[in-house]
Amino acid sequence: MSDSTPPIIELRNVHKRFVKKQDLIQRAFQLVGKTPEPRTVYAVNGVSLAIQPGEVLGLVGESGCGKSTLGRVVAGLHRQTEGELLYQGAAVAQLDRKEKLAYTLGVQMVFQDPQASLNPRQQLHQILGEALHVHRLAPADDVPARIDQALAEVGLAAEYRVRLPHQLSGGQRQRVGIARALMVSPKFLVCDEPVAALDVSIQAQVINLFMDLRAQHGLTYLFISHDLGVVRHISDRVAIMYLGKIVEIASTADIFGRANHPYTQALIAEVPNPERRKRVFVPISGEIPSPLTPPSGCTFHPRCPHAMARCREEVPQLEAVAPDHWSACHLNHTVA
Amino acid sequence: MTTQPLLVVRGLHTVFHNEEGAWPAVSGVDLSIQPGEIVGLVGESGSGKSVTGFSIFGLIDPPGEVIAGEVLFKGQNLRDLSEEQMRRLRGNRIAMIFQDPLMTLNPVLRIEEQMLEAIQTHASVPRAQALKRCCEALEMVGIPSPETRLRSYPHEFSGGMRQRVAIAIAMINQPELIICDEPTTALDVTIQGQILFHMQEICRTHGTALVWITHDLGVIAELADQVAVMYAGKIVESGPVSGVLDAPAHPYTRGLLDSLPSAIQPGQRLRQISGMAPSLSNRPSGCAFQPRCAHALAQCAISEPELTTVNQRTYRCFAPLVALRTST
Repeated sequence: MSDSTPPIIELRNVHKRFVKKQDLIQRAFQLVGKTPEPRTVYAVNGVSLAIQPGEVLGLVGESGCGKSTLGRVVAGLHRQTEGELLYQGAAVAQLDRKEKLAYTLGVQMVFQDPQASLNPRQQLHQILGEALHVHRLAPADDVPARIDQALAEVGLAAEYRVRLPHQLSGGQRQRVGIARALMVSPKFLVCDEPVAALDVSIQAQVINLFMDLRAQHGLTYLFISHDLGVVRHISDRVAIMYLGKIVEIASTADIFGRANHPYTQALIAEVPNPERRKRVFVPISGEIPSPLTPPSGCTFHPRCPHAMARCREEVPQLEAVAPDHWSACHLNHTVA
Repeated sequence: MTTQPLLVVRGLHTVFHNEEGAWPAVSGVDLSIQPGEIVGLVGESGSGKSVTGFSIFGLIDPPGEVIAGEVLFKGQNLRDLSEEQMRRLRGNRIAMIFQDPLMTLNPVLRIEEQMLEAIQTHASVPRAQALKRCCEALEMVGIPSPETRLRSYPHEFSGGMRQRVAIAIAMINQPELIICDEPTTALDVTIQGQILFHMQEICRTHGTALVWITHDLGVIAELADQVAVMYAGKIVESGPVSGVLDAPAHPYTRGLLDSLPSAIQPGQRLRQISGMAPSLSNRPSGCAFQPRCAHALAQCAISEPELTTVNQRTYRCFAPLVALRTST
């Protein structure tokens, strides 16, 4: 063993692009020798980050910023268009069959909508036992005990094993989604908006469950959410994503205490706070641009209150502004 | 000093019928809204907050039924009005904004037609003049170049822009009351901030009263004057926002505030409310919150607490968390 453990997940300059298939007219154009520009969605646009074992990294951004796509790349549900994904220091693309299986089982995903991610016609024991059967991870006799154990871990009674998903409440369904991910004893969970669909009181229960499971199993999370309050609570580090890029990444305390990027500052200012009364809203203008046609230079410049000429032309790079605090903004180079 | 309230809801009961009987969704809701006031109606899914909004607006269709209560709008009981009379009020003096603007906008009509319809249903206004009002309304909610945008279809707008169009339509006849059913829940925080900014502006300039239905206590704290907290079809606590959220009397309100991540140091376990909200068919005896309540007394399971009113605050609880004094 080397004395420095490699990050459990590392992304190196990962891009994910979705290209629209050519339709009939475009193919006809191609026949006569004119190739139209294919419509491309730049969902993830050069993301590099490393997640250490045992860490919780919060990934925050607005809808359409590519945070779910990034989570799916990490979980192996999308193959990146460009760049490298490393699992425990080894490039996933070059793993052999056995190692690939270790990665597939080691990285599990919890989805936002448990209604859509659970088979409505399967009882819970079928849903939970499937991975064990498919991968022959446990002798058939042991499977019922493993299912009961997983149900107990997420706070559901053993009699729920014969229930169908529609017989459960939203919070219970999300617990089943978590139990299913835990069945194969993963090391890493990609949680894609796992509490967004839940009521406040149920949300608190599920967040507590995530924190308990982390303590018991030493799990590492990539916790994707648009809710800064939740992310602040559960994460050790936070990455802020805007239009396919990470614009700022730092410890939770730094992000919420000393946000560097104007977008991070705007996001934090907009989080509704029950302590604040009768606020006069002065919101940031504009909407997140379409990832089909991202703006030139810094993609945030059309909405940024501090935008300069340079921001329209040059893409800012992620740079250290303090130890372990990285931000991509030209303002850090202007002399105050 | 005492102005006549714009809207008074008294003893509202709404049930949903099925083969097994009538299930109460709203059981005895009282509300009072002054002109220009913003009232937040807070609750979790299934608490009856949306059904209350729909009942006020007269939109409860079978199998649902409003079985009792009064909805007094400027002293007139809306439940006595015919469908035709209600139609004249809706979109004119009272408007409603829904969570999903795709549901309220007609997908095959240009925004222009839909906005003109809202104006010309209620008054005969020349088309040119009506179009001018449409442009002004779109401008007010922050839609750039309204003249060209009027020619667009709903699918050509983003979610936040669509919600602005829905708000512009609701505002177009300058109603005195708008019922907003989770209008910003599906939106990102920066877009939510923009919508709240425009709503606040509109209320201030036109003196429009709002009923803001949401599950987000943060939004209520920052926007509303009054708040009413619903649980299992009843308002369990109500009063001025600062009073109720600073020192809640009802354990459920306290529980809701405590379960927010902002209520506690990051990394600590959240103070969760155990259990879950009862379903319509399975309401517990006595106080509906008693099985989940940490402060429940023996009495709570037997009889239901009556509404206690102290100053401007009301609560339904045998063991209130704060002692409210009658004089200030």
